[in-house]
Amino acid sequence: MDKIFEKPESIRDIGTHYCPGCGHGIVHRVICEVVDDLGIREKLIGIAPVGCAVIAYDYWDFDVTEAAHGRVPAVATGIKRSLPDRIVFGYQGDGDLGAIGTAEIIHAANRGENITIIFINNTVYGMTGGQMAPTTILKQKTATTPSGRIQKMHGFPLKVCELLSVLPGVVYAERVSVHNPQNVLKAKKAIKKAFENQIKGLGFSIVEVLSPCPTYLGLSPQDAVKWVGEELTKEYPLKIFKDVK
Amino acid sequence: MGKKVLMCGNEALAEAAIIAGCRFYAGYPITPQNEIPAYMSKRMPEAGGVFIQSESELAAINMVFGSSLTGTRAMTSSSSPGISLKQEGISYLAACELPAIIVNIMRGGPGLGNIGPSQSDYFQAVKGGGHGDYHQIVIAPASAQEMADLTMLSFDLADKYRTPVMILGDGILGQMMEPVRFEAPCSGLQAKNKKDWILDGCKGRKPRIIKSLILSERELEKFNLKLHKKYNQIKDTEQRCEVLYGDDSEIMLAAYGTPSRICRSVVENLRKKGKSIGMVRPITLWPFPEKAFKKLIKNVKAFLVVEMSCGQMIDDVKLAIDCARPVHFYGRTGGEIPAEDEIIKKIENING
Repeated sequence: MDKIFEKPESIRDIGTHYCPGCGHGIVHRVICEVVDDLGIREKLIGIAPVGCAVIAYDYWDFDVTEAAHGRVPAVATGIKRSLPDRIVFGYQGDGDLGAIGTAEIIHAANRGENITIIFINNTVYGMTGGQMAPTTILKQKTATTPSGRIQKMHGFPLKVCELLSVLPGVVYAERVSVHNPQNVLKAKKAIKKAFENQIKGLGFSIVEVLSPCPTYLGLSPQDAVKWVGEELTKEYPLKIFKDVK
Repeated sequence: MGKKVLMCGNEALAEAAIIAGCRFYAGYPITPQNEIPAYMSKRMPEAGGVFIQSESELAAINMVFGSSLTGTRAMTSSSSPGISLKQEGISYLAACELPAIIVNIMRGGPGLGNIGPSQSDYFQAVKGGGHGDYHQIVIAPASAQEMADLTMLSFDLADKYRTPVMILGDGILGQMMEPVRFEAPCSGLQAKNKKDWILDGCKGRKPRIIKSLILSERELEKFNLKLHKKYNQIKDTEQRCEVLYGDDSEIMLAAYGTPSRICRSVVENLRKKGKSIGMVRPITLWPFPEKAFKKLIKNVKAFLVVEMSCGQMIDDVKLAIDCARPVHFYGRTGGEIPAEDEIIKKIENING
């Protein structure tokens, strides 16, 4: 019998610590599929963020380090500049990239660092208990916006791809989602391109991934993916913001 | 042996780093250490290394973190307010056991303070600085020549113990020009030694992880004790200091960096007048040269600690001698410098 589906070589064969319905596991796997497809596992260095994905190295079977909160792009810069022929990617959540690490992401992008950033936008701080993230949408209830996010009190949801795509150092910025299989395939295509750009030496690439967090959305896994597909994509349209050929 | 060149301390330090094999530098401008990034921006490309002017001190120390984990000899520099920003990164370097050089050319504080020379970051440097149960080696040069020599030593110590090393200078040492001779580094070859812990892609080996998160209490305690053991080994083997007239001094001055230059002059002048006085000059501030201080108790009747602060190293002097002798203090702060006659007056008061 032909084997038509199997675990990527780059992912470890262990159970998951993520909550049921969480999008992180999907994105971890998609990254590993891309790493296998491109044959870059042995020249790859990944950087895990602070947040739910901090122990991404428990799943990824290649060299991985872990950065202080928000500092992934600075650590990636140090690695890539020291080893320009290796492939370096950072994995960041919305608090990590969009709040505490905004200076680092903007300047790494603006320098045009030849790195790949995978940005998980699930609109909440998962690890610390579901507080407001910079990407929390208006009216969304979180542990620190009990009456919903109100613009006058909490400001607006941060549009990372829109913000970064105006910088000349960015060659590729796309927002994708993993709320259904069709979109997971699109996400894989985008992530692959973001790595290919680095292999070609083109510069800074970022893929923002809308990802469900059922636990802190207070929804079932089924309703969480539905919310991402129907509500979140209204605030965060899925599109290619920049693709410099 | 190289020829003598006239350089300021900051430039001597930067050139020595290049000679020691440093191939990555990231930093953010702040006075009085700006000669270091300026020098590095010119020399690093010539040496085939990387220079980055970062967006902040936070970014700089984290770039150094990234470079260090690839096995590259990496350095950052700043001055007091900027060093406060780097503390997060230093804690992570210590936790991940990554070698790195952090230069602090101290200025007056707290807050923005001023750009005058100061030693008011001693506590921050030797007592931890960042969060968690860790230490960094702290090296205190006292001349442009030592800015060079001790920088080379610092890279070797950082690699040997896989630990961040701070070079603690002050605005005068950074800015003052003196003749410097660059000696070949004693073991600069260590820079090229194979490091079996680095991340460079898992070709031909198992994947490696460099991280500081250890969720299990049992495992984290085990790791803390492992670090503690390493620190004890450093305390045993790496204490360094210079002792002047250690055998026959009743009054012993204790000073590091710029004040030690002034104290040296005080000692020589008072010796000419027949006074029984000497000086101990710590070169490593952590580990503090406790052994040398303990030996001095036999002859010394009193210590006088001279600092450009309100009194920070004095605590370690008292601990080192277990308060077995009176420990006096004279300090100037806020960018002011202790003068020779002020120190002599203080010594006369001790006698009286």
